[in-house]
Amino acid sequence: MFVIRHFEESLVPLHDKGVFGGHYHLYVGQEATGVPALACLRADDYLFTTHRNHGHLLARGAEPKRLFAEILGRVDGLNKGKGGSFHSVAPSLGFLHSSGVVAGIIPLSTGTAYASKAQKNGRLTVCLFGDGSLEEGAAPEAFNIASLLKLPVLFLCENNGKYGSGRAVAAAQSSSMAAYPLTDLPKAYKIPAQQIDGMDAGLVHATISQAVEKIRRGEGPQFVEAQTVRFPGSETNWPTVPVKTDTTLAWDVSSAPEKAREWYRSCDPLLIYIRELVDAKQASKDEIAAVERQVKTEIAAAVEFAVNSPYPKPEEAEKNFFA
Amino acid sequence: MRELAYYEAKFEALDEIMTADERVHLINGTFLSLSPHRHVFQNLQKKFRERMIAPPISELGFCGLATGAAMAGLRPIVDLSTGSFIYEAWPQVANEAANAFSMSGGQTRVPVVFHLFHGLRGGGAAQHSGSPQAMLWNVPGLEIVIPSSPRDVKGLLKTAVASDNPTIFVDHTRLLDIRGDVPENDKAIPFGVADIKRPGSDVTLIATSYTVQVCLGAAAKLAKEGIEVEVVDPRTLVPFDLATILSSVEKTHRVVIADETHQSCGVGAEIAARIAESGFDKLKTRIRRVSTLDVPVPYSPPLEAHIGPSESRIMDAVRAAVA
Repeated sequence: MFVIRHFEESLVPLHDKGVFGGHYHLYVGQEATGVPALACLRADDYLFTTHRNHGHLLARGAEPKRLFAEILGRVDGLNKGKGGSFHSVAPSLGFLHSSGVVAGIIPLSTGTAYASKAQKNGRLTVCLFGDGSLEEGAAPEAFNIASLLKLPVLFLCENNGKYGSGRAVAAAQSSSMAAYPLTDLPKAYKIPAQQIDGMDAGLVHATISQAVEKIRRGEGPQFVEAQTVRFPGSETNWPTVPVKTDTTLAWDVSSAPEKAREWYRSCDPLLIYIRELVDAKQASKDEIAAVERQVKTEIAAAVEFAVNSPYPKPEEAEKNFFA
Repeated sequence: MRELAYYEAKFEALDEIMTADERVHLINGTFLSLSPHRHVFQNLQKKFRERMIAPPISELGFCGLATGAAMAGLRPIVDLSTGSFIYEAWPQVANEAANAFSMSGGQTRVPVVFHLFHGLRGGGAAQHSGSPQAMLWNVPGLEIVIPSSPRDVKGLLKTAVASDNPTIFVDHTRLLDIRGDVPENDKAIPFGVADIKRPGSDVTLIATSYTVQVCLGAAAKLAKEGIEVEVVDPRTLVPFDLATILSSVEKTHRVVIADETHQSCGVGAEIAARIAESGFDKLKTRIRRVSTLDVPVPYSPPLEAHIGPSESRIMDAVRAAVA
């Protein structure tokens, strides 16, 4: 969770300084969903993610320096600079394709699941998407097919809109869905679906473990909606960092701007987790701070690596688009 | 030489392909459109039922399923049946399958075949007569195959399934009952090799799909008028064999292009542009196109016949080229 948080917080100034261009999306505030959920998987499982993929890739063990290099369009990037923030992949970790079209991966995830079923290899597919993805027709088409064919796929919807503003229509928080709760949609296709608090790492782990077990038993697809609370740095058009995260924030948020304080005080899943560890005496404040210092050093080195990685040769643009 | 009907050659190919490679799955459809020869599909179904699925009417969903399955190592062949239905699946074909290899930095291969029947089929009207191959030619990352004879459909289908790239297999219902030589144990036909369907010295007549057959009829009649037409069939649009066409133009100095895509930005437009760019000095007269007129396809038989690349329009264009 520290790796994701400090990775994302390091990205914002790089963009602000013009080290990379284009739009990008942060995972801050959703760490307690991705990290425990992905810990429930086997090494050979397939995963699909969207434009908001940095946290998922890092949670699964992608090297921060190669992800930074990809986002910066450098030759050492995970995709040699051809994909960028939207499309970073890591096939060796099970990430074959990351789509910037919000529901693009949902039909694709039924395909890897179909292949796994045909090949009888026991592999499961996890499809990670946001609540907005359900607005596209690809989602219900894929739910119908997954349910009819009883495919081994977990649809994990990270609703990043709890208490969010912006696109909210009626009760649907950040998305424009007449079907609400969102679990009504998969349930209409007879896919077992549950809504949980995505800021509670322990609950996410328990829920996903159970869902994964059911899928591996051959019960067909499962749907979990993890509700997260929108990070205040994503309320603006371009992401901002209201305050650099530090272990001490877990007990004192006075360094955060007033507008953002409530989120850091009661919603930030990383700080919640830190307090849980300390309260349960599983780690001391000093131990956690030491881990955080180490992560910060590693992330700084990863940024350094990416900034110094060369751009691909321009001629590469004309090559390697066919296998 | 052994003679087969086009549909028989096509199903012989499917049978041989599925027997040789158990990664090949058939998704949706019968690969026959509304043709009465259902027994050939049923024979295949008896042998390979566990590798065929009949998904719901969800083109977007099942093209995504096939693409995802290809990413995971299967070699799916999807039947979209009527070519216009690929518009329902556009995001998965043009935005996911076509881009995956490039944007993953050459890591994710997508060996899927999208099969469709394009063109004027008699009473198809505006929504069942589309020839989407011209639009698809504007999407880098897709291979496009367009056979016109029994021998070609068999040889090209084998290469399409063996290809590691997403491939559009553009078929035509009016070809299904055409008969022609198909040698036993014929080799697969490589992509990017045009075929001279009839040699001639006066005019190079370039055609694709069913229009090749129309052109062969026109060429026989024109020969009686003393005009020797060379009918050249590119067989694949991507990759495209310009060299064979240019060497024909070197000999004839005259070009007519006939095909069923609409005229604007159509297949004829692209071929004409390539010849003009690379072989302008070889031409003695302007390039002429015989395409489908730029109108939505009308239903009534004389109206439909009026807009297509008919034998009489092709003959007129050839006569004008030698005048």
